[in-house]
Amino acid sequence: MATKEYSFYPGCSSQEGASSSNYLKSVNTMCEVLDIKLNTIPDWNCCSASIGYCGGGELPRLALSARNIALSEQHNAGQDIVATCAACWLATKETQERLEMDGDLMAETNQALSEAGLTLKNENKIRHMVEVLIEDLGYDELGKHVTKPLEGIKIAGYVGCQTNRPFGIEGESFENPKYLDKFIETMGAEPVEKYDKKVSCCGGALAFSEPEKSQALIKDIIEAAYDGGADMIVTPCPVCQMNVEVYQDKINAKYGTKFSIPVTYYSTLMSVAYGKSGKEAGLDGQIIPAKKLEDIAGK
Amino acid sequence: MSDTNTSMVEKYRNNFLKEVEANVEEGEWVKMCMQCGVCSGSCPLGPHWDHPPQELFMMIRAGKRDEVLESTSMWMCTSCYNCIVRCPRELPITHIMHGLAHYATRLGIEPKNQPTRKFAQLFWDNLARNGRVNELKLGISLYFMNGIVEGIKTALGMAGIGMGMVKTKRMNPMEILGGHTVKDKKGFQAMIKKAQELEAARVDN
Ligand code: SF4
Ligand code: SF4
Repeated sequence: MATKEYSFYPGCSSQEGASSSNYLKSVNTMCEVLDIKLNTIPDWNCCSASIGYCGGGELPRLALSARNIALSEQHNAGQDIVATCAACWLATKETQERLEMDGDLMAETNQALSEAGLTLKNENKIRHMVEVLIEDLGYDELGKHVTKPLEGIKIAGYVGCQTNRPFGIEGESFENPKYLDKFIETMGAEPVEKYDKKVSCCGGALAFSEPEKSQALIKDIIEAAYDGGADMIVTPCPVCQMNVEVYQDKINAKYGTKFSIPVTYYSTLMSVAYGKSGKEAGLDGQIIPAKKLEDIAGK
Repeated sequence: MSDTNTSMVEKYRNNFLKEVEANVEEGEWVKMCMQCGVCSGSCPLGPHWDHPPQELFMMIRAGKRDEVLESTSMWMCTSCYNCIVRCPRELPITHIMHGLAHYATRLGIEPKNQPTRKFAQLFWDNLARNGRVNELKLGISLYFMNGIVEGIKTALGMAGIGMGMVKTKRMNPMEILGGHTVKDKKGFQAMIKKAQELEAARVDN
């Protein structure tokens, strides 16, 4: 297959020294194996996730994503925009839709953009990395590169909210999307059947502002993974990853549970299954070490 | 009461639905609600909402202006989009919740001490200044948002998590000195300012 090129929107949490920098690490490793070239949008800005609405009204928020799309059109002309973060993908895609539907908003957005010397045509597709993997490569291709199958690991595929709703992945249901389980299988591991918290909410950004209420949601997500016999949890979303991994001690202290379950990204699994080192897979970014993956990576 | 709030009360008198339709993001959808209640059963933090979405929509039609705009309810929205994919009338409920929260803030009558309100404002300020979010600064302002004593307590409580993040290079203490920004700060800030002006011209008149 020829090299595939995309315009890449990495997002704030992937920056060096930020909470999902290990996600980016494993994505880069995975893409190298799959011959995917990611051209980062120069000088991209924050999308305001789903929490910018207090200070930012509709137009300022749309302008944020519009700037990223316009920069992409200018520097990575004709390329689909790909995001790895669910919130980045969602905010950018929502902006594209809203501006497509509303000519007045589009005109005002362009007026604001001109202050930064930019114009928006709004023609390129906005996609999540998992769409690229499924639609442009396909499970067969993803499986071909496996050199170290992840045998003997049982994994709960936690899809969460924003990679799943409102847009979701073509051909998948909102209630029970199967693609993450298929990734797990393709990498030689065993998915937890009927993981009933697969598409439940982890609290999102409210894990910061409403920690106790959110931790109650997170507890159920982890419990259901253990109930399904999982050794670890895997997710496509940096917010899900962080929320489900880092509060386990707090939850244990409050509820008397003994949680200690690693939570990684699909790209972590793939990097390890593709024979890369723990470091290349971003495993050194785990707060709860993914022992079973480390063992395989170290072989 | 802010001037904008007073003039909005004047302008719309007894028609809060009209006010919402004209000024709240996606507000024109509210009248489409058929009160089936599906959305209200969908919110992950539902038990903590004083008025779930369906009820807020009913209250808007009933003209309960202060009760709606001063409510903490919509600030409990986690943006999970459960409601949107389930609503038989396809109302963009998530966006209406954000829109109501923003409109209340614009009028200066939002619940000031609601924790998500404070966090959301910090998040916006952080990003509007630099173009990118600096997680460490955001985190520190967040811990101290309830005052210095509470802040120290929260920070101590979260210290274990912070250390884990630092050790795995997922949080960088040096960020406090500068950290992440866009290069074209001037253009970025001018763009935001323009967008705010254009929006104000539409909403506040
Ligand atoms: S689900 Fe839709 S129609 Fe039903 S109450 Fe909620 S907003 Fe109204
Ligand atoms: S998006 Fe908000 S309003 Fe809709 S179900 Fe989730 S929390 Fe409730």
